[in-house]
Parts: sequence; structure tokens; C-alpha cells
Amino acid sequence: MLETIWFLLWGVLWAVYFMLDGFDLGLGTLMPVVAKTDTERRLVYHVMGPFWDGNEVWLITAGGVTFAAFPTTYATMFSGLYSALMLILFALIVRGVSFAFRDEVNSPRWKCVWDTCLVVGSFLPALLLGVAFANIFRGLPIDQEGIYQGTLFTLLNPYGLAGGILFVLLFLVHGALWLAVKSSGDLHDRAAKLLPKLWAALLVMAVIFLLTTRRATFLYDNYLANPVLFLILAVTVAALVMIRVYIAKGSWWRAWFASCVTIVGTVLFGVVGLYPKLLPSSIDPAFSLTAFNSSSSPLTLKIMLAVALTFVPIVIAYQAWVHHVFRHKSGEEDLEHEEGY
Amino acid sequence: MDALMLSRLQFAVATFFHFIFVPLTLGLSILIAIMETKFVRTGDEEYRRLAKFWGKIFIINFAVGVVTGITLEFQFGTNWSRYSRYVGDIFGSILAIEATLAFFLESTFLAVWIFGWKRLSPKLHCLSIWLVAFAANLSALWILMANAWMQHPVGYTLRNGRAELTDFLAVVTQPFGFQIYFHTLSGAYILAGFFVMGVSAYHLLRKQHVAFFTKSLRMGLVFALIFSLAEVVQGHIHGAEVAKIQPSKLAAMEALWDTQANAPQTLFIIPDEKNERNLVEFGKIPGALSLLAYHSTGATVKGLKDFPKEERPPVALTFIAFRVMVALGFFFALVTVIAWLKRNKLADSPRLLKLLLYSIPLPYIALQAGWIVTEVGRQPWIVWGLMKTKDAVSPIAASQVGISLTAFIVAYSLLGATAFYLIAKHVRRGPEPVRGEG
Repeated sequence: MLETIWFLLWGVLWAVYFMLDGFDLGLGTLMPVVAKTDTERRLVYHVMGPFWDGNEVWLITAGGVTFAAFPTTYATMFSGLYSALMLILFALIVRGVSFAFRDEVNSPRWKCVWDTCLVVGSFLPALLLGVAFANIFRGLPIDQEGIYQGTLFTLLNPYGLAGGILFVLLFLVHGALWLAVKSSGDLHDRAAKLLPKLWAALLVMAVIFLLTTRRATFLYDNYLANPVLFLILAVTVAALVMIRVYIAKGSWWRAWFASCVTIVGTVLFGVVGLYPKLLPSSIDPAFSLTAFNSSSSPLTLKIMLAVALTFVPIVIAYQAWVHHVFRHKSGEEDLEHEEGY
Repeated sequence: MDALMLSRLQFAVATFFHFIFVPLTLGLSILIAIMETKFVRTGDEEYRRLAKFWGKIFIINFAVGVVTGITLEFQFGTNWSRYSRYVGDIFGSILAIEATLAFFLESTFLAVWIFGWKRLSPKLHCLSIWLVAFAANLSALWILMANAWMQHPVGYTLRNGRAELTDFLAVVTQPFGFQIYFHTLSGAYILAGFFVMGVSAYHLLRKQHVAFFTKSLRMGLVFALIFSLAEVVQGHIHGAEVAKIQPSKLAAMEALWDTQANAPQTLFIIPDEKNERNLVEFGKIPGALSLLAYHSTGATVKGLKDFPKEERPPVALTFIAFRVMVALGFFFALVTVIAWLKRNKLADSPRLLKLLLYSIPLPYIALQAGWIVTEVGRQPWIVWGLMKTKDAVSPIAASQVGISLTAFIVAYSLLGATAFYLIAKHVRRGPEPVRGEG
């Protein structure tokens, strides 16, 4: 029971991370397309500024919770995906400092360096996290000892890449919507104009992904056994459609919320399909790491559950308050205040 | 080199680099919070400018601290997976609690502070920097409690081939952990105090922004003085605790080979590990080590020869690092006391100002040396008495680690150089002009 609760909580934490960091990873990737002048680029940084770091802590928490609740999974996952994780790390490093460093020196070349860091540092994690999760859905070559028997290139199979592209598109839509919500003028118009195209690409990729999932993974087994679970998929698809409806109406906030639901739904679709496996083995299903054979002791799970149920709502409350404080659209006048980095 | 040695180097590089940037943020956040509180209380615009000037330095340090911190958390899994599997039940949960309780708070409210000057009332804005300071120091508590568990595991039982938690409170409130916490925190506050004093001295030497930096220097001085003196006392208590809990570390810290009563403390030694002796010994104080470690000159201190060879830490490195740390610790106390006695004529004491300016790097060296004593002195154990470092490494190819280690060294060098350049640039430029004049 405890293991099952933690399995779900684990999935929810990753889903929340993707929902939150998704918009700034997507917008960071999109910046060169939507921002043409230095002022516009500064505005793109500015609409992410108060949020991106708080969002990234969800990744640290998701990683930390994997370590705390399922240490054996954490050990296998992180050492097995060594090269992919190192790439993500370096990307997040250069991206993180670009926020603080970019406007410290007033030279176009200097700014160009950090803008590049932002773009690459946003795109790579989006892609690689998608690749990693699709491969987890598909199963990793894990042997009897729980040791990963593959390389970085094992991950770059068609299904893994499809997952990567799906994540990138999810985040691009999410980020473009965020920009549409938070900006006005040319920036807003470019985001609005781009969105129908991005959405169409996302739809195509989502269909491909759902179809190939049937061939490449066992995820649908849980759904076929409990058809009521198909609700998750139905809600996710409905939210995906609603994004388009709200884009057409110009209801940007609502479209962004629909996008949140789509991202959370996509992750939960995979996680529920995985249950109870955290890391399925493609060598032999018996070697898979599950919520039951890789979890911490009941005492640790209980204590961590108390901590999570107490403090995660508090975190959500104050992060929601921050969204309320910075609910305004960013304009050029914000840049003059010397506010920000 | 094999994956073990490369992984150890990589972890050392990552920790050292992280630990260059984090200590300053621990103390500086408190100083900034005090400055802003004074602004809110008195309405004196200068305090707002002080908070903003030092705040910028804080932000740059914080940014590098954050991105290099993620690396550390991930490395337990990537490079030390056997360790992670063995202790995740305890160690992993402390890290997860740190993120949930402290790091969220720090990251979220730092952004509020940075972007909220115009959006929040002055009081609420000031509260946000206090929350940052509180969270930063709370974060350090959890991380150091996790480290304390590696130094002195408590509250566990060995079951299912791993260490499992039996007593959560014992783990998170163990006295040795608080010793480590206060010792590290005082060190970090000394560093912040010296940093603020040094930067202020730079401007005072040039007779610019005199009122502004006199205020800064005074605050840095009070901070550095209190914690330099506290550290001397606390360091002694801490050392006595190490003597009890980690006797082989103590023996290495003192390069003491033979078990003896009335054990001496020697000021300077060149250890010869191969032949289990010291090549040079200078300045022997008989009984001093026994007295310091066990509060009695007659007490017996166990020497390195009485520990199996494969359970001794590297002696020379531990010994030298310990000597450097202690010498610098006394130096900080001396300098801050002198500066305090001259506190009213500091601006006219160019020699003292120069000393303060050139002292900026010293607390950094002291903190890194302290970390060497802690971590190298713990070897060969990764968890004292339970697991050896060599049994903890991931089953990964050395080439993978070689590539990532090289990438870390290159990336961190560039990052460090950039951060240093930006901080130096900001320091030289000085505070923003007074409103209405610029």
C-alpha cells in the first residue's frame, strides 16, 4: 500500500515538474524564433525570471524523492543513464547561470553567448528527459544485478526519439502559451501566430506516440485490465483539443491551463501504465525494478509521506502566491526599473 | 585511472567548486537581511542601496551555487550507485527533505526578492530576504546532517543488505551533526564577514563611497569578530568530539604514529607514510594533544600504527589541511580583534585596510582545508565503519567518468572565471548612484 502511494506520488512529482519547468524550457528553446530585438529577448527572460528557479527545484525534489523512496531504482536509473544525465546537467548549468549573467555586461557578443546557452540549455533537457522517459516506458536493458547493460546510443531508438520530440513539442506549446499570456505587442503576436502550427505538430506527434506505444511498450496492459483508467487518456486528449479551442478564442490563460493538464496527463498516462514497475527490464521482465522490490523501508516511506503531505501543499501555496504577485504582463517599463537580475 | 579514482576526483571537483560559492551566500544573506531591515525601520535610503549592492553579489554566487548543487545530488546516483542503494533509506530521505523544506523556500523567495522591489510592500520585501537567509541556513543544516551520518552513522540497522532507518530523530538531531553544522556555519560567516570587510576596504583605500563602505565594513567586522572568536572555542569542542568518534582521523590530523599517554602536539611535521614515521618534527608541546582531545595531559591517544593499514586515512593531506585551517582560524580571530580595537579609525589605517583586502581569499582556503580534513580524514570509509569508498562506486566505465570529469573541469573553470570577473566588475563599479543625483 505504502509502496503504491509512493509510486503515484513519484509520478505526480515528475508530472508537476514537467508542467512547471515545461513552460520555461519551451520558451527558452523558442526564444530565437519569437524575439527579434535585444529588448524582446530581455522580456522573454523577464517573463520566466520570477519562476524558473522555483520550477527547477521540482526536478531536484523529484530526483530526491526517487532517491528516498526507491533508492535501488535511483541507483540503477542514474548510473545507467549516466551520459544522458550528464548532458542534462551541463545543459541546466549553462542555462541556469545565463539568467544571472546575461545582462551583466553590455556587449552584443556577451549576450549572444548566454542567449545560446539558454536555448541549448533549454532544448537539450526537454529532449533528453523525453528520450529517457520513453525508454523507461519501453524498458531498459537491466540485468539480474540491476545493472544497465547499454550505452547512450541504446536510448536513441525510434521510440525514445519519438518521446523526446513529443516532450519538446509539448513544452514549445506550453512556453509559447506562457509568452502569449505574459506579453503584449509584437512578442505576443508572434507567439499567437506560431501557436496553431506548433499545436498541429504536437497533435501529429501525440498520435504517432500513442500508436507506437502500443507496439513498443506494455503500457496499455494496465488500461486493458482496468478500462476505467482510460479516463486518464480521455482527459489528456480532451485537454489537448481544448488547447486549440482556447487558442482560437484567444483565451490564453485557459489555453495554458489546458496545456498544463495535457502535460500532467501525458506523464500520468505513462506512469499508470508502468505500475508497479519503475524500471522495466527489456532483458527479462523478472529483472524489472518495481515499487515493491526497490523501495525504502516502511518507516522511511511513512516519514517521507508525512513530510511530503505536509510540505508539498505549503510549497504549492507559496508558489501560487508568487504567481499571483507577478500576474501582470511584462512590458518595457519593467526592464527600466532595474528589477531583475 | 579507474572509475573509482575518477569518480572520487569528480566528486571532489564538484564539491570544492560548489563550496566556493555557497558559504558566502549563507552569511551574506543574513547581512543583506539586516541591511534591509534597517532600511524598513529607519527609511534611510543608504541601507536600501547597501542591500542592493551586496544583493547583486549574492545573486551571482547563488546562481553558481544552485547549478553546481544539482550536480552533487545527481552524482550520488550516477557515480556512487552502490552507496545510494546501501544508504538511500536514510541518506536519500534527508536530501529529499532538504529540497522540500529548504531549497524550495530559498529559490522561490529569492526570485520574489529580486523581482519584487516595486511589487511588494517594503516589509513584505524585507521578509522575503529573511526567508531566503533562513532557508539557506536550514538547507545547510540538512546537508550537514546527511554528512554527519556518513561520519557517524546512528539510528539504523543492517537489514536486507543495506542500512535501514530505525530512529529518524536520532539521525536528524545527533549532537555530532550539530557540531559539524555550527563549525561549518561559523566558517561560512567568517568568510562572509571577511569578504564584506575586504571589498569595503578596497573602496576605503581609494577614499570613495566612504560613508557607504564604512557602514558595510562595520557590519562585516561585527559578524567576522563574533564568529572568529566562537570558532576558536567551538573548533576545540568539535576536535574533542572527533577524537572520540573518529580516532583514526584525529591521529592523521596530528600525524601521530605511536599510541601514547601525554601525547604531544607538534607545530610542524613532514609525515613519511611509507615508513610510518615523521621525517621532520618541529615545535613539540608535550601533553597538548592529550589535553585538547581528552581534557587531561595524561590521557592516552591512539596512534596510527594501532589502526590496520587499510583503515588509515591519507596522513600528509589530512595533517597539512588541518594545520592550515587551525592557523588561519587563529589569524582570523587576531585580525578581527585588532580591527575591532581600531574600529573608529579604520578609514585612516591604510595598512589594516590593505590587510583586510588581501585577506579575502584566506577564509576560502580555510573552509576548503576544513572540508579536506573532514572528507579525506574519513577515508577509507564512505560511511564510517560501514562501507568503504571503494565498494560504493557505480559499475560504470572509466571512459564515461573520464569524459564527464574533463567536461566538469573545463565548464567549472569557465564558470568560475566568469563569476569572478562579474563580481570583481560589480565591486569595482561600486554602489548605484543615490536617487535623484544620477
